[in-house]
Amino acid sequence: MQTRRETLKQSAVVAGLLATAGFPQFAQAAFNKAGFDAKSVQDAAKAYGAASLAESKDVTITGPDIAENGAVVPLGASTSLAGVKQLLILVEKNPAALVAMFHVSDAVEANFATRAKMGQSSDVYAVAIMADGKALFAKKEVKVTLGGCGG
Amino acid sequence: MADPMRIRAQASGGKATVRVLMSHEMESGQRKDAAGKLVPAWFIQEVTATLNGKPVLSAEWGPAVSKNPFMQFAIKGAKSGDKVAVTWKDNKGDTRTDEATVS
Repeated sequence: MQTRRETLKQSAVVAGLLATAGFPQFAQAAFNKAGFDAKSVQDAAKAYGAASLAESKDVTITGPDIAENGAVVPLGASTSLAGVKQLLILVEKNPAALVAMFHVSDAVEANFATRAKMGQSSDVYAVAIMADGKALFAKKEVKVTLGGCGG
Repeated sequence: MADPMRIRAQASGGKATVRVLMSHEMESGQRKDAAGKLVPAWFIQEVTATLNGKPVLSAEWGPAVSKNPFMQFAIKGAKSGDKVAVTWKDNKGDTRTDEATVS
């Protein structure tokens, strides 16, 4: 036999669990959460509607060969191709692969640079999502001597 | 309110190269504090740029962008005297806009 007091206590616990579990989703509603939660390069590209992934010479990734400080690794992505919808910068071995996504419009060149955090030495990718759903990538290995995630 | 961004826009050869340095903690959500608890993620999610009020760029960022983020892009057809404005919004809903003139 369950008393009314016990029932109330249990429902409060359940409500609390729901509130904590549900919170991150609400906080990031207007944002491609699947893409930034994806663990692998393929999953992240898929979250932006890419059907297939192929290596291409027309996409370039720029970055250092050796990054002394993993907290600030300058990375750039660019492409000479027409019909690019989005350019993605990814670090394969980070907890979540996707670093940044740039929408390419007629008004800007498909050439972006930013700085990323890298937890360990890893391949970095530039992925161009084309208007026809294809995804073309370029990759480069960056060695990190001091990690930027954690500690 | 966060500190102002530093924006430099330089026109050359029919385009303007814009470099932006934002001031933001960019907490990754992976770090632990002294008590061993995870520090919640706090990072810029959306970045947009306009040229003379017309949107030219939008980007989505994850927590892996470094602290005090740097971004570089080029706007086609921008000339000296045009106004470039950059806006960011973080995952706590804080936002900031700053403007610079193309030189």
